[in-house]
Amino acid sequence: MRSGDKRELLSGNEAVARGAYAAGVRVACAYPGTPSTEILEELTKLPGVYCEWSPNEKVALEVGIGACLGGARTLVAMKHVGLNVAADPWMTLPYIGVNAGLVLVVADDPGMHSSQNEQDSRYYARMAGVPLLEPSDSMEAYRMVGAAFELSERYDTPVLLRLETRVSHSRTVVEYEDQRREVDFPYEKDAVKRVMIPGHARLRHPVLLRRLEELAREAEISPFNRVEMRSDRVGIVTSGVCYQYVREAFPEASVLKLGFVYPLPERIARDFASHFRRLYVVEELEPFLEEALKALGLDVMGKARIPREGELDPDLVGSSLAEIMEMDTGLQDGGWNRPEAARAPRSSTLPSRPPVMCPGCPHRGLFYVLSRMKLVVSSDIGCYTLSVLPPVSGIDCQVCMGAGVGMALGLERAFAGSEVNASYRGKVVGTLGDSTFIHGGITGLIDMVYNRIPCTIIILDNRTTAMTGFQDHPGTGKTLMGEKTHALDLEALCRAVGVESVRVVDPWDLEGTEKALREEVGSDHTSVIISRRPCTLMRRSPHPVYRVDEEECTGCRRCLRLGCPALVMRGEKAWVDEGLCAGCSMCAQLCRPGALREVEDGD
Amino acid sequence: MVTDVVLAGVGGQGNVLSARILAEAAMRAGYRVKTSEVHGMAQRGGSVVCMVRWGEEVYSPLIPRGRADFLLAYELLEGLRFLEYLRPGGTAVVNDYRLDPLPVLRGDAAYPEDALGLIREASGKCVVLRARDLAEEAGSARAVGTVMLGALSVFLQFPRTAWEDSLRQRVPPRALEANLRAFEMGRKAAG
Repeated sequence: MRSGDKRELLSGNEAVARGAYAAGVRVACAYPGTPSTEILEELTKLPGVYCEWSPNEKVALEVGIGACLGGARTLVAMKHVGLNVAADPWMTLPYIGVNAGLVLVVADDPGMHSSQNEQDSRYYARMAGVPLLEPSDSMEAYRMVGAAFELSERYDTPVLLRLETRVSHSRTVVEYEDQRREVDFPYEKDAVKRVMIPGHARLRHPVLLRRLEELAREAEISPFNRVEMRSDRVGIVTSGVCYQYVREAFPEASVLKLGFVYPLPERIARDFASHFRRLYVVEELEPFLEEALKALGLDVMGKARIPREGELDPDLVGSSLAEIMEMDTGLQDGGWNRPEAARAPRSSTLPSRPPVMCPGCPHRGLFYVLSRMKLVVSSDIGCYTLSVLPPVSGIDCQVCMGAGVGMALGLERAFAGSEVNASYRGKVVGTLGDSTFIHGGITGLIDMVYNRIPCTIIILDNRTTAMTGFQDHPGTGKTLMGEKTHALDLEALCRAVGVESVRVVDPWDLEGTEKALREEVGSDHTSVIISRRPCTLMRRSPHPVYRVDEEECTGCRRCLRLGCPALVMRGEKAWVDEGLCAGCSMCAQLCRPGALREVEDGD
Repeated sequence: MVTDVVLAGVGGQGNVLSARILAEAAMRAGYRVKTSEVHGMAQRGGSVVCMVRWGEEVYSPLIPRGRADFLLAYELLEGLRFLEYLRPGGTAVVNDYRLDPLPVLRGDAAYPEDALGLIREASGKCVVLRARDLAEEAGSARAVGTVMLGALSVFLQFPRTAWEDSLRQRVPPRALEANLRAFEMGRKAAG
């Protein structure tokens, strides 16, 4: 190791940050989203890099485009669905090219650990005509970021670096350079190249296509594509974390490990295929590699055996392929390193443990009231989405960030003109978080006011981006780099777009919340209710807790309607786990005999 | 030779931090290490599993079922849920603690009454301890994970300094003394 080099156990996300730092990145932007969030959180700890939480992914990429044109190596990070939001600039950026390098890191979430879909972002590389790199662990992620910047500049193109949950959130030892290279490119005006009026864009599209041909030649010599010859009977093509599963499940198989995944290195693939009767392709989600290999006319087996949905693991890779490989090659189980079966009950027979809203979560109060009022509730992405689960069951529909507003408008219009759904008229509310309102909700609200829609929007303002781990946003008054800044005034913003009725409620106050809702929902104008209380997990000060007076408790289970994990039945009486209780008092508000009493926290 | 540990618990119990401390101790002991963690929505009181693997060469961050040498169960049901990862003859370190999940609280499902028995039956060796009591005794109710690691450490040949340095790096300074005590109490409970 050279001086300045370090050796540390890093997650894939931290390794990306380290790789970008060593490559001299000067601007980095992102909107938080699991499993990508820690990239910027790590990068902002390092000196000399401007890091920001952008209001959404589209803005993040636009900032990134400006920064790379301005001569700074730039990293933009987001989760897979974030790239949908950024797709507009993404599709035209390859036309105008870069100046200093731009690397877009996108983190897919096969298995949807923390996501609403499991789209395969590799198609965004093919759709935009952008080279795609895919690391299989932290060390490779570190190396690929540096290589991606060089590739970006050499070919005048953005580069897509695709991570998956098991790369982002697994740790391996990374040897890294703890030093920042200084990179600075001069800015030069070039309107024909960078202003995409149709006449210019027609000139640039052929440039993009020629570039792709050159990149295909580059892929043939990339150090990230390698052939590991072992068995002369079983040949597997794979990329990303699946490479690790393949090595685990079929240690003797020969492997074409792709890291420079798009454009596909066709010559390498054909050479590898020539050694085997048939190739097996192991990839998560869509048959991206499989289709490209089939287009070369190769005999390929992939999604016919391996699931197209969900996350893979060594067991699934082994069990999916063992039989067909044995039939094809005569090798027992195709060489699957099959573990001995464990003597455990099937985990599917056990009670599930879904994530729940925390004790004291302010969202619980609001959604409890919405559910009680039997409203039609559209919502979006955040901890509050958990209130769809029983017993609160407070959400009707949800697709993406900010959508709670637009969907409410659409529902309201549909009901307004309907006979069969007349009973839902005046019962629609749209809900969304403080961060997601800024991300993608404000334009929907402008729509609502503009088109004079009588509907109520509820902003769940918990003063943070809670679900991804408490990131700041334009409403919190603090930047990612820890500086104090103007805190966006949500009330003033709503009034400024023309909402006449804007009011604030405390969602811990069930009666006050219900009163405000009864006054606004079904009125003849657009209204906004801001349900405001900081996320309970951010609270550090001591607080009282609640305790059940067993003499008074009638065992009516009314308090259980809140679905609070701190509140359970013990025999015929309710019982509060004081170690978990956050002292929000909502259970006491529901308790008719007054059996739930406030006591000082003994812990 | 690869050594595999599955750490199964409930969001908020601290097994993500434990996995990190374990992995760093393994690295300090001179091994190649891989871990797998859970972040985001799943952490909110849900079932959380982490995996730590070390040896001369480690590939998958996910441990195949039936391969784990050790199962650290922070909660009984979660231990049972991931028991299928333990290899025959493997060792279970079990926190004797039951936390009912929502479907059980609501009466939609029954908590498996014999969870501990099933874990005992499937494992070659089973260490049972009350980690929360020991952690409180050590001076920090939050040091449950450190008690569990202390118990695990009895079965591993990591130098003492590898553990202490990792704890020092990951635990806030004011909680360090309590965590070192918690580690020791875990060792005693298993030894």
